[in-house]
Amino acid sequence: MGESIIAFLDTWSPLDLVLIGQNFDRFLWGALVTLQLTVISLVVGGLLSIPLAIIRAGNNPFLNAPVWAFTYLFRGTPLLVQTYLIYYGLGQFEWVRESVLWDPILSKAWWCALIAFSLNTAAYTTELLRGSIETTSVGEVEAAKACGLGKWMRLRRIVLPSAFRRALPAYSNEVIFMLHGSVVASTITIQDLLGVGRWLNGRYYLAYEGFITAAVFYLVIVLLISRGFRLWEKNWLQHLYPRESVETKPKKGVASFRI
Amino acid sequence: MNLIIEYQGQLLAGTWVTIQLALTSLVVAVMFGLLGAWAKLSKNIVAQKTAAGYTTIVRGVPDLVLILLVFYGGQQLINSFGSVTGLWDYVEISQFAAGAGTIGIVFGGFMTETFRGAILAIPKGQIEAGVACGMTRFTIFHRVIWPQMVRYALPGFSNNWLVQIKSTALVSVIGLQDVVYNGFVAGRSTRQLFTFMFAVLMIYLVLTAISDVSLRLLDRKYSKGIVRSDNG
Repeated sequence: MGESIIAFLDTWSPLDLVLIGQNFDRFLWGALVTLQLTVISLVVGGLLSIPLAIIRAGNNPFLNAPVWAFTYLFRGTPLLVQTYLIYYGLGQFEWVRESVLWDPILSKAWWCALIAFSLNTAAYTTELLRGSIETTSVGEVEAAKACGLGKWMRLRRIVLPSAFRRALPAYSNEVIFMLHGSVVASTITIQDLLGVGRWLNGRYYLAYEGFITAAVFYLVIVLLISRGFRLWEKNWLQHLYPRESVETKPKKGVASFRI
Repeated sequence: MNLIIEYQGQLLAGTWVTIQLALTSLVVAVMFGLLGAWAKLSKNIVAQKTAAGYTTIVRGVPDLVLILLVFYGGQQLINSFGSVTGLWDYVEISQFAAGAGTIGIVFGGFMTETFRGAILAIPKGQIEAGVACGMTRFTIFHRVIWPQMVRYALPGFSNNWLVQIKSTALVSVIGLQDVVYNGFVAGRSTRQLFTFMFAVLMIYLVLTAISDVSLRLLDRKYSKGIVRSDNG
């Protein structure tokens, strides 16, 4: 039974499904590398972006200008070039090659990708958070002031929690962009999902199998991420949804009324 | 700095390729976006489902994966089709065509959503008024929908374009001699990769800054006579 299925797939499938099946564990490892790079850089970038966003939303020109320059540079240029700059570029300087960081970190593709991705997502998340910090309603801040909360307390208790919530829908896009951006890792020799796909195609001289398998993997991950964020939003943003939406479908036999 | 001046010919040639690539893919993206928005808003179920599948796939799969798939897989597909049917001999897809086509199709998916939202934002009464005045469907599109759609779509369009122009860098991976590729080759041969990659970074920054300014001017043009509410 099993053998006849394999024989059938071998002769009739346009894709070499048997070969994909044989290398499935490699794709799983690749997915792990992709997820690892994406998640770690999102965490590092996210942590970096919080103080930067607070600076950007504040009005200290000496702090604001360099942060603005950082976000402008990283948002205005391709991630591929940023990664190349760090991985291939830093070796140009002798003092970098002789520093203690060279051997364990800066000469390794994985670390360079991680640094580039973290800085990139930090820049995008900073501007996103700044937007949602600036749209905090004035009344909330005034109320906090009236209650005698200090500047940091206001930030920690009032501004940031609501800013995080409001940034959530836009942040889900950033997460997906980061996952998509992580394919750049495969161009600097890392065996991530796409790297495995490219390896498979190169090894067996194929044109579709590796890329299509990688594409399906990415698609599934993206669908899972967006599903997860939708659940999260439902939990966290419940109080922001319009109330009328509950009453738009009046139950049968119950007179509908609006306040 | 001297090295950059020495290699400026290659960098400028690469920049020109990048600009051509970006603009060609933009045209493709706008066409696919309009087509997709039309399909999503049409009453035809097949068109709706096709458009939904299209936007899900191109927005779910990273662009580099699709570029590689089209460049290597598309070539083989066309050639096997040609050899089976005997319609054509060996065909080669150029890197430029594969890159511009794929990026165009991918961003067409993003444009679809932008245009769909913009068309939905136009009050229905205006279209009904057009029908009542006896306008043809084309006149309604040309006189009523298009001018307002552009205005509503511009912010989303600008965002898409700024992402798209950066995506063109990925085509260097399949060997198109764009600004990244040329910068990389020059940097490797002079062993000054940081200098050259930084120069490439600056070139992209200039390109995005120019786009930003011109899109803002366009926005001002299309919002003539519209009062914007201030958030303050």
